[in-house]
Amino acid sequence: MIPVSVRFFGRRALQLVIVVLGIAITNFFLLRLAPGDAAQVLAGEAGSATPEYLAALRKQFGLDQPLPVQFALYLRNLLSLNLGFSFRQGLPVLELIAQRLPATLLLMGTSITFALLVGSAMGVAAARRAGRATDTVISSIALLFYATPVFWTGIMLIVVFSVWLDWLPVGGMTSIERGYTGLAYLKDVAAHLVIPATTLGLFFLAVYTRLMRAAMIDVQQQDFVRTAVAKGLRPGRIAYRHVVRNALLPVLTMLGVQVGAVLGGAVLVETVFSWPGLGRLAFEALFQRDLNLLLGILLCSSVVVVLANAAIDFLYTVLDPRIELS
Amino acid sequence: MGEPVLSVDGLSVRFDRKGGALTAVDGLSFDISAGETLAIVGESGCGKSLTALALLGLVAAPGRIEGRSVKLQGRDILGLEGEALRRLRGNRIAMIFQEPMTALNPVLTIGEQIIEAITAHEDISHQKARDRAVSLLDRVRIADPRRRVNDYPHHLSGGMRQRVMIAIALACNPALLVADEPTTALDVTIQSQILELLDQIKRESGTAILLITHDLGVVSEYSDRVLVMYAGRKVEERTTRDLLKSPLHPYTRGLIAARPGRHHVNGLRTRLSEIPGMVPSLAEMPHGCGFAARCSFVVDACRIARPPLIPVGADGAVACLRIEEARASEHAAARCDAY
Amino acid sequence: MALVDIVAHIPPARIAQDNAFFRTARQPSAVVGVLLLGFVVAMALLANQIFPGDPLDFVGQPFQRPGEDPSFPLGTDMLGRDLASGIFHGARISLLIGAVATAMSLVIGVGVGAFAGYYGGKIDASLMRLTEFFQTIPPFLFALTIVAILQPSIATIVGAIGVTAWPSLARLVRAEFLKLRHGDMVQAEIALGASDMRIIFRHLLPNTLAPIIVSASVMVATAILTESSLAFLGLGDPNVVSWGGMVGAGREVLRSDWYIATLPGVAIVVAVLALNLLGDGLNDAVDPKQERR
Repeated sequence: MIPVSVRFFGRRALQLVIVVLGIAITNFFLLRLAPGDAAQVLAGEAGSATPEYLAALRKQFGLDQPLPVQFALYLRNLLSLNLGFSFRQGLPVLELIAQRLPATLLLMGTSITFALLVGSAMGVAAARRAGRATDTVISSIALLFYATPVFWTGIMLIVVFSVWLDWLPVGGMTSIERGYTGLAYLKDVAAHLVIPATTLGLFFLAVYTRLMRAAMIDVQQQDFVRTAVAKGLRPGRIAYRHVVRNALLPVLTMLGVQVGAVLGGAVLVETVFSWPGLGRLAFEALFQRDLNLLLGILLCSSVVVVLANAAIDFLYTVLDPRIELS
Repeated sequence: MGEPVLSVDGLSVRFDRKGGALTAVDGLSFDISAGETLAIVGESGCGKSLTALALLGLVAAPGRIEGRSVKLQGRDILGLEGEALRRLRGNRIAMIFQEPMTALNPVLTIGEQIIEAITAHEDISHQKARDRAVSLLDRVRIADPRRRVNDYPHHLSGGMRQRVMIAIALACNPALLVADEPTTALDVTIQSQILELLDQIKRESGTAILLITHDLGVVSEYSDRVLVMYAGRKVEERTTRDLLKSPLHPYTRGLIAARPGRHHVNGLRTRLSEIPGMVPSLAEMPHGCGFAARCSFVVDACRIARPPLIPVGADGAVACLRIEEARASEHAAARCDAY
Repeated sequence: MALVDIVAHIPPARIAQDNAFFRTARQPSAVVGVLLLGFVVAMALLANQIFPGDPLDFVGQPFQRPGEDPSFPLGTDMLGRDLASGIFHGARISLLIGAVATAMSLVIGVGVGAFAGYYGGKIDASLMRLTEFFQTIPPFLFALTIVAILQPSIATIVGAIGVTAWPSLARLVRAEFLKLRHGDMVQAEIALGASDMRIIFRHLLPNTLAPIIVSASVMVATAILTESSLAFLGLGDPNVVSWGGMVGAGREVLRSDWYIATLPGVAIVVAVLALNLLGDGLNDAVDPKQERR
């Protein structure tokens, strides 16, 4: 029998291949739907690319060949991890993405953690006072943030914390001119991270607040909570070991569903705050019409989603012993 | 026998709502001694489960527990709150619930769930608590307890889970064990094993047991005394032997007649629903006897006031004005059968 | 019961909807949602009457603060465009794109979900693979790429949002269909020889309408958010005014004239909040079991 973990990773690897193939197909046809010559589309606005570059693109993508051959070539490039070269940025696409990915992961990780912790706490507080004023206030705040576009939240936070109060830096990831190293560098990055991560986190806060509230109310009515009370456990222990622990399960599921949306939000937040991540790179690609780079970012983001979901599935098996890796 | 382990006097459970409170348990009084099993029987909705929950203060709002006193080993526990109530639960009074499939937390091992029941009341090391959890599993006849202690509930069958529930209940050697329909959700073959286990525990440790059930078969085999509840009130309380031999209240008679035959077939115990008519709803409880509408011996007096409890024999009681008539009719029926 | 009787006893969907309507009207969140949405719709409908002329025209002195000049109650931006006019006309674009994109998502999502749930087996498996695939691609990034490649216009924006927003709806419809598929009603219909299409459109779909309507109102809200985000990044239709585009433009002068980016953002929040509140209210009305305690 094949060990469970091998099957788990096998399945994920297969899923990854399917996603990459699917996106390859989508990208391929999307490019052909675009107005104009595919090489020009790939290179950006006509006239800005050198004839040599256009020729190189044609050759790389086999644009003078019939469609099936073009597609085969495109796939071969993908499978050999060749995502092409960004003429505008002067670097291979994969290298560019690898450079920018860590900043995005840092931003996403921080904001999801923020949304999860604060949202769960608000959800627990709302559930404990379900139907009363506290509940209504918390639920309304959450709903309000859920209706606020992240780019606008970001701009408003800039106005308040940077323009009016001048408390925190709101552009970039580091104060390059200061040349910090070691601990000072980390503190500098953290200071730059506060407002972008809050901006992105506030939007997703609502999701976790509502989910946690509903899950808490649901779990509180379960028989095993009554058992815990009948055992004479202390209220704090019942709340955290029995209720919250079980209420976290649907929250974790939602986390997996949200990864893609958080990445989308990161594009906007990074644009607003000049955060040097994948989203900012996407915006630059957009601005310069470097579509090949944009397609590469789309592909890599989807890979991030698949990997993040695999990680969450693994975490789920730790939190819920009933679920086994599959 | 000395002082009873549990002495309940005038226990009521009411639900406040618009237009007056509903009384689900109405002035119930009973005693249980050490090493004794008192069974409370009745149809679903008669208030027997609420009585069990009320003893542990587990009735949720808008429910309200009232009464003159509930004495556990001489100490009044009625109206205890907060920390005092917590110290009581699972420690001096422990409870086993009806649904073993949902009564255990699915994400904690059974060991963790037994251990926390111990450490909630005793200041002992985790290792000692764990050793005790293993011996408790052994005591409830779970094979290979050292390994089982690390299992999660979903690894266990319903019967095994109920054994774990019993182990949790026994964790602090309670004076009183409340078992609310402990076998209703289980297969018939498992039912008797669980009840045998409870019986054995009672004999070994002298724990008093309050057994809530609707199953007269269970009552006849595993209880010493029986309290019959109807519409929130006690209608008859007798020793099990006396009650089964000569039931007095017309409702009790109905229950026994509705049993699947004196020729009791193991496995054919049915719910007690064969008495004609329905239990009155809490909202329209009559002034007089709650059973009047379904009773074939009813007279006007039954409908005017609640029949008082009349002592029967050494420690029995029955709340009925028409015992003699009911008894006479039974003799007549018996004569008819003879011909 | 005979099969015919079972079919005859199917409650008419109309009654259920009427009840849902009255229940909706009692939900405070639904009432607030309807009022706010009514306000936004009124802005859209009256934009041409109150603010005739192209909102993109330069009509006054630039950088006028709100209230400075009574003819520009919300002030003007750095090019002298009337902010109030932009917000009113922006409502039309936001609602239009939100509604049409959602309609498109509804067609795809309901179609995929209905066929997957009804036919099951291989059709279900392959449609669900497709849905999973679309759920894996970050939707906003996907929409952004589509619009960037096809050039921004109302049509491409609608298409991009419509193509990326349907997967969760497909899952919902599939789940509902699976629930009903093996019920007495469908079995009776099959026994009576009804065609698959008749069963799907005449019987199953009307019974899944309630959750679809709830989703639709939230989907319009999300579509408006996506549209404004695209416009903020410069991917709006250049020929029409858009709230997101206005915020993006105002961002350049944030430090001196913050109101230019702030005001259109408030409009977005109001519109999205209205639709989310409406969705919540509808949800509570349709499914009283989940009503907030």
